[in-house]
Amino acid sequence: MNRPWLLWIPLAVVAFIGGLAMYGLAVPKDEQVHSAMIGQKLPAFSLPAATAGVEGLASGDMAEGKPRLLNIFASWCLPCKAEAPYLEALKKAGIEIDAIAIRDRPEDVAAFLSEFGNPFRRIGSDSEMAVQLKLGSSGVPETYVIGGDGTILYQHIGDIRAEHVPMLIEKVNAAK
Amino acid sequence: MRMLALICLMLATPVFAQGSGPTPALANRQLPDPAQEAAATKLMHSLRCIQCQGQSIADSDAHMASTMRAEVRQQIAAGQKPEAIRGWMIARYGEWVSFEPDMKGAGLLLWLTPLLVLIAGIWLARGLFRRSA
Repeated sequence: MNRPWLLWIPLAVVAFIGGLAMYGLAVPKDEQVHSAMIGQKLPAFSLPAATAGVEGLASGDMAEGKPRLLNIFASWCLPCKAEAPYLEALKKAGIEIDAIAIRDRPEDVAAFLSEFGNPFRRIGSDSEMAVQLKLGSSGVPETYVIGGDGTILYQHIGDIRAEHVPMLIEKVNAAK
Repeated sequence: MRMLALICLMLATPVFAQGSGPTPALANRQLPDPAQEAAATKLMHSLRCIQCQGQSIADSDAHMASTMRAEVRQQIAAGQKPEAIRGWMIARYGEWVSFEPDMKGAGLLLWLTPLLVLIAGIWLARGLFRRSA
């Protein structure tokens, strides 16, 4: 063997693969699918009212100059119930919140609102999840910060907890 | 009693966690034109379901996969090219949504690695063959 260093190559390859495996174990995996729509305008859509007494939601309704939150929720979704008090707190802080109800029935949405309160200005009904797909949203609940011109500025995946409230208020105010 | 309640909860959750809404018409209905349907099906097998993550939208029964299949069929029927639809999905969910990584960045490495390993193998084996000859 005139090139003994060649013998080390297989070991180096195995060590590299082993190192990757260790890295994969050590670094927590991000299971969330983030929207790639951040920084872009809201896709054009127009959704009918999700329940009687609250107007439906069109993309144009969120481009009227005032930054706001867009909450993606469903009456059948447990974490959506958990985040209801924090949406109420956001509303009390003077933030306008629009919503899209995913795969929901009017009577279920009505029951949800009467039990947990209604922090929403408008609620569109996305029964086939078509608008959710256009938004790059991967589940419920999700909350988007929408700029006054209808630009998607931020996506919060999962339920809003107490610690997220100041951050969301700051992001909406920063968009003014 | 507590056990029974637990079992009931385990059985009940998946049923209620689905919500209720119509399945989009084109989610499970083929396009009338066989060539278009073939193009749509081929694309569906290479797009990843957002909800179930490991499955393609063609294989998944999740609601999000239904919506994605309907979107693919609608766009194919409207004359859109499959790669443009893949781009549409990637513009919303990132490279993650495609089972065929793009030929750039880390994706390029992924595509070229087999070729590089093959070249390295031939180069390593070359010495052995020369000696035995």
